[in-house]
Amino acid sequence: MIGGLFIYNHKGEVLISRVYRDDIGRNAVDAFRVNVIHARQQVRSPVTNIARTSFFHVKRANIWVAAVTKQNVNAAMVFEFLLKIIDCMQSYFGKISEENVKNNFVLIYELLDEILDFGYPQNTDTGVLKTFITQQGVKSQTKEEQAQITSQVTGQIGWRREGIKYRRNELFLDVLEFCNLLMSPQGQVLSAHVAGKVVMKSYLSGMPECKFGINDKLVMETKGKGPTTEDQTRAGKPVVVIDDCQFHQCVKLSKFETEHSISFIPPDGEFELMKYRTTKDISLPFRVIPLVREVGRTRMEVKVVLKSNFKPSLLGQKIEVKIPTPLNTSGVQLICMKGKAKYKASENAIVWKIKRMAGMKETQLSAEIELLETDTKKKWTRPPISMNFEVPFAPSGFKVRYLKVFEPKLNYSDHEVIKWVRYIGRSGLYETRC
Amino acid sequence: MTDAKYFTTTKKGEIFELKSELNSDKKEKKREAVKKVIASMTVGKDVSALFPDVVNCMQTDNLELKKLVYLYLMNYAKSQPDMAIMAVNTFVKDCEDPNPLIRALAVRTMGCIRVDKITEYLCEPLRKCLKDEDPYVRKTAAVCVAKLYDINAQLVEDQGFLEQLKELLSDSNPMVVANAVAALSEINESSPSGVPLVEMNAPTINKLLTALNECTEWGQVFILDSLSNYNPKDEREAQSICERITPRLAHANAAVVLSAVKVLMKYMEMISDTEFVSVLTRKLAPPLVTLLSSEPEVQYVALRNINLIVQKRPDILKHEMKVFFVKYNDPIYVKLEKLDIMIRLASQANIAQVLSELKEYATEVDVDFVRKAVRAIGRCAIKVEQSAERCVATLLDLIQTKVNYVVQEAIVVIKDIFRKYPNKYESIISTLCENLDTLDEPEARASMIWIIGEYAERIDNADELLESFLEGFADENSQVQLQLLTAIVKLFLKRPADTQELVQQVLSLATQDSDNPDLRDRGYIYWRLLSTDPAAAKEVVLAEKPLISEETDLLEPTLLDELICHIASLASVYHKPPSAFVEGRSGLRKILPASTRLDMKKMEGSGDAQPAVIPSQDSLIIGDLLSMDINPPQVMQQSAPAASYSGPDLLGGGLDALLDVGAPSAPSAPLGPPSIPSNPATGGLLGDIFGLSSSPSTYTSPKTLWLPAVKGKGLEISGTFSRRNGQIYMDMTFTNKAMQPMSGFAIQFNKNSFGLIPGQPLQVPTPLTPNQPCDVSLPMNTTGPVQKMEPLNNLQVAVKNNVDVLYFACLIPMNVLFAEDGQMDKRVFLQTWKDIPTQNEVQYSINNVSANSDAVVQKMQQNNVFTIAKRNVEGQDMLYQSLKLTNNVWVLAEVKIPPSSNNCTVSLSIKSIAVDVAGGVYAAYEGILRS
Repeated sequence: MIGGLFIYNHKGEVLISRVYRDDIGRNAVDAFRVNVIHARQQVRSPVTNIARTSFFHVKRANIWVAAVTKQNVNAAMVFEFLLKIIDCMQSYFGKISEENVKNNFVLIYELLDEILDFGYPQNTDTGVLKTFITQQGVKSQTKEEQAQITSQVTGQIGWRREGIKYRRNELFLDVLEFCNLLMSPQGQVLSAHVAGKVVMKSYLSGMPECKFGINDKLVMETKGKGPTTEDQTRAGKPVVVIDDCQFHQCVKLSKFETEHSISFIPPDGEFELMKYRTTKDISLPFRVIPLVREVGRTRMEVKVVLKSNFKPSLLGQKIEVKIPTPLNTSGVQLICMKGKAKYKASENAIVWKIKRMAGMKETQLSAEIELLETDTKKKWTRPPISMNFEVPFAPSGFKVRYLKVFEPKLNYSDHEVIKWVRYIGRSGLYETRC
Repeated sequence: MTDAKYFTTTKKGEIFELKSELNSDKKEKKREAVKKVIASMTVGKDVSALFPDVVNCMQTDNLELKKLVYLYLMNYAKSQPDMAIMAVNTFVKDCEDPNPLIRALAVRTMGCIRVDKITEYLCEPLRKCLKDEDPYVRKTAAVCVAKLYDINAQLVEDQGFLEQLKELLSDSNPMVVANAVAALSEINESSPSGVPLVEMNAPTINKLLTALNECTEWGQVFILDSLSNYNPKDEREAQSICERITPRLAHANAAVVLSAVKVLMKYMEMISDTEFVSVLTRKLAPPLVTLLSSEPEVQYVALRNINLIVQKRPDILKHEMKVFFVKYNDPIYVKLEKLDIMIRLASQANIAQVLSELKEYATEVDVDFVRKAVRAIGRCAIKVEQSAERCVATLLDLIQTKVNYVVQEAIVVIKDIFRKYPNKYESIISTLCENLDTLDEPEARASMIWIIGEYAERIDNADELLESFLEGFADENSQVQLQLLTAIVKLFLKRPADTQELVQQVLSLATQDSDNPDLRDRGYIYWRLLSTDPAAAKEVVLAEKPLISEETDLLEPTLLDELICHIASLASVYHKPPSAFVEGRSGLRKILPASTRLDMKKMEGSGDAQPAVIPSQDSLIIGDLLSMDINPPQVMQQSAPAASYSGPDLLGGGLDALLDVGAPSAPSAPLGPPSIPSNPATGGLLGDIFGLSSSPSTYTSPKTLWLPAVKGKGLEISGTFSRRNGQIYMDMTFTNKAMQPMSGFAIQFNKNSFGLIPGQPLQVPTPLTPNQPCDVSLPMNTTGPVQKMEPLNNLQVAVKNNVDVLYFACLIPMNVLFAEDGQMDKRVFLQTWKDIPTQNEVQYSINNVSANSDAVVQKMQQNNVFTIAKRNVEGQDMLYQSLKLTNNVWVLAEVKIPPSSNNCTVSLSIKSIAVDVAGGVYAAYEGILRS
């Protein structure tokens, strides 16, 4: 299991060092610094073996978080755990930075003591941790409170405490999709997938049992029997084919496996209910059509056409197209029909921003790029044109059908719960080669 | 709150200052001081001098302060064991605290203090805590047992903690169960005997599966990992466990998913229900693909594992090629892994897409990635024949870019393409030659030289090109030198007229000016071959090369199976067994359960069944040592012990064996049956005596000179072959004609027509003093590798001594190969005689033989030639005889003996399916009849 955990700043100075196992010595701290942080080459692997000691690292901003072990540990678990620690620290004190880590080192040590025992990860749920790792100094807890904490840390429903009460029972569902695309210059879709998640904010009293329904093809077909399904789909109730989905630990996985129903007791507040991935029938909100012409060795002409491909009544927002330019660009002339375009030398790219754009529209940008003559033989390889956007629908066609709330002990019914559903489609890696 | 200030302390008198602060009465000041101490400890300063003062702060009701003090204790207790005792009292007291958090904290910390005296005091509190009413304390105590086991295993066993831990597996709280499982797994793994201390059984497994649904994500990982060590007792159990684990594939934590995959992959081996397995395989793909949208570090682990899974079960992801396409912003380690998997998944169906992607990658910036992409194009060509042409075109395009490392990489793979598809793409050679000057990497240079040598007859100026390399011969990498030597010899064999000078030049460079033994040896082999038998040289050097395999870099199957049991772990990331990187305790090697693999194959029968044992490309190249060695030398060593290559390798295995300095049992010389121990010195003679006594007159041709002293660096060998008691012997006389004694003898045969190999190591009494002939009899087996020789009974021998490795060839008299069971039934004989077509009948006559038919019958019988029938036709005796060679080839003969018994001419007609043997059999008849 994990033998020790270190946090370094970008210079390689140790900010936090916690050793869990006897086989890890102080020299391990230095070995990582010398061989990885101070190494000359770029990092070639997140796992490094130095003298039979394995180092796992995750670098976020300027901070290195490293776990070290001498055993054959579960590598996936170590990385998931490192990411979880980062999450956890963020939720305690915000951004991970050298200053924040130093300012909170006592807290971090306390956390590390709690969530890792002899190198075995324990409960890492921040909501639960916050109930008893508080940095509030002496806090006399009653016996009941203590018992409640311990049963929550270890319990079956570790993510929710009893006795929550709201005057107004309310829940919010955000269907957030990241649309990923790789398109060839000729407009052929090389790969496209949607990574979606359903984020839920629940403000519900008691221990409510929730049942969540979506327009998943599998679910719809098991529900409706025989020909009715066909009618339904034909009657304009589109289904989404989900390749794979994952659930928050509150969802009863065995029930999903057998009955295809998503049922759970939600944590209080915000959490990620499910993640899913689809690859079929994605409606791509935007299409980029590039046209690049190299005129001699010192000039280049780029024309980019942007088409929006959704209902005219909807509005796309925060649209940004990034067109890479060669490293030896000396000047750029730009004309665009809509929005603002700028050449950013620091990014080696033309950034074209459009605040809003309705569906089924088309606009275009043309640029003349002047190049410095260089003697480097190496051809410039054009990185793809990438784009960002936000649209108010789910590109995969994902739909929430219902979310029912049952709380048998308290007497509020499903109808009294106020429910909000919102769909947001964002760009993931949305690239067109040119 | 600005705790950062603790990191910046004044240097002078720091410790002293801290000391006074720690002893301050004010609580607040104390706390500040402890924080400062911890900060100093973190950055690596030695603050152990403050031990007593810090421990004094332990008695506090402030939990935060307590934890800090504990942290300090864990760090320094080992260096101050006596003082650590001071803390024991507080620990014991804390273990009784009404607050479960404090009880757990005390037990947790005590387990981390590796001081014997503290350990003694730990036992009682631990026993209590394992039965604590609060689950939080119990789950902490469970881990503490593992800690204690690490410090003192005997104590844990004696105190009965193992039983208590086992009881916790049935605890009502899922997290207690999970931690107990984790602790037990660790204890089992580190058990010194390698035998698990606590065996899992079906009821326990059932409890674990129940807890699995309820515990935290990490707990699920512990449980799944421990399930992967369990071997279900039958298929039904395996199947039901699989069913209960499958829902885990939808978990958001990648570790849970991968651990579940591990269990499923392992148990699937046990399940013969193909329907069930194929359903399971279908369920595996989506979660694996989803892992690719996690953080890059997790992706990396996932990709390394997918690489294994794809090798084990290619079907799972065969339709998922697209998800492995490289994204522009992927970290380099993810890119390289994706590329690897893309090549593995490449097939005829998706090759077009893959190629266009690879072409795209070949223009990226990262040198390693680009190289790998170029190499991948070549591998696609080799893997999917239909795409070869497109791949070659793409590679040519890339060569035109003139980017140095791209060109070099392309040439390396084109060489492989040439090998796979000979006589197809040679038209591009001229383009390759244009880039000759830019090649500066050994592998690329060697590849180019190989190409020139292999196609010397089509390259007009091959001699000039090779000569240009020769100028800097001494400075070249040995890989290039070897290749150059071979290429020039090939050129000479193809165009002997105008390249004699060149070949002499390279041979002298290799044998005289080089101090690389490999190069010298190869030079000598060529030299001798060329000077003794150019025809044989041609056979050897220009021999047909074995096919190179389609898949490369496949893991060896047993290693792959082991790694499958380690999915998700570090071993699967490194692609190495744990023993390669974990110190000390070796543990048990994990193996997949005995599988129902036959059924599996049927199921996967869609053409791409499991890859059979496919040797890596490298080891195949080694196979034909003489003409190809474009591979780093370390591979040579690695594959040397595996002595059974296919393909022509003149003395390939033999050389390796010989080079094992006199190792008595060289790997390619399995020990023969210890029939007649051939004693050194007298062995030959004794053997002869025994031989004579049992079958008095087996014909043995006289010894001939095989290796003259001039050629043998002073060693003269003469010899013959004989057959005694059904065993073939090589009877040799070694004579040392040099001034110095010789030692370190070993012998090796090249592959030959009858699969002859030495039955035991050569035993020459050493030292062999000058001018003292020594007779040696070497029993031989016929179980070695077979390769047809010309003439059929040719045997190439290498003898090694302390001076050098010496080579000679000799002819085996066929009669030693006549087996004892060569008597054919009369009817069978008749039928066989009829069945063999007449063109397979060869006529010979033997002149000046003095024998009558009875004598002939007897003589032949002694040599295992059996007379089936005898006729008298017109005064002539007709004998019909049969014999069987050791390789089960039957030979039938008709012998016509004229009535006059002196100096007559015997005519012989020989019939056999394998007509090639006739010549040798005739020679044997002649020898026997004349004796």
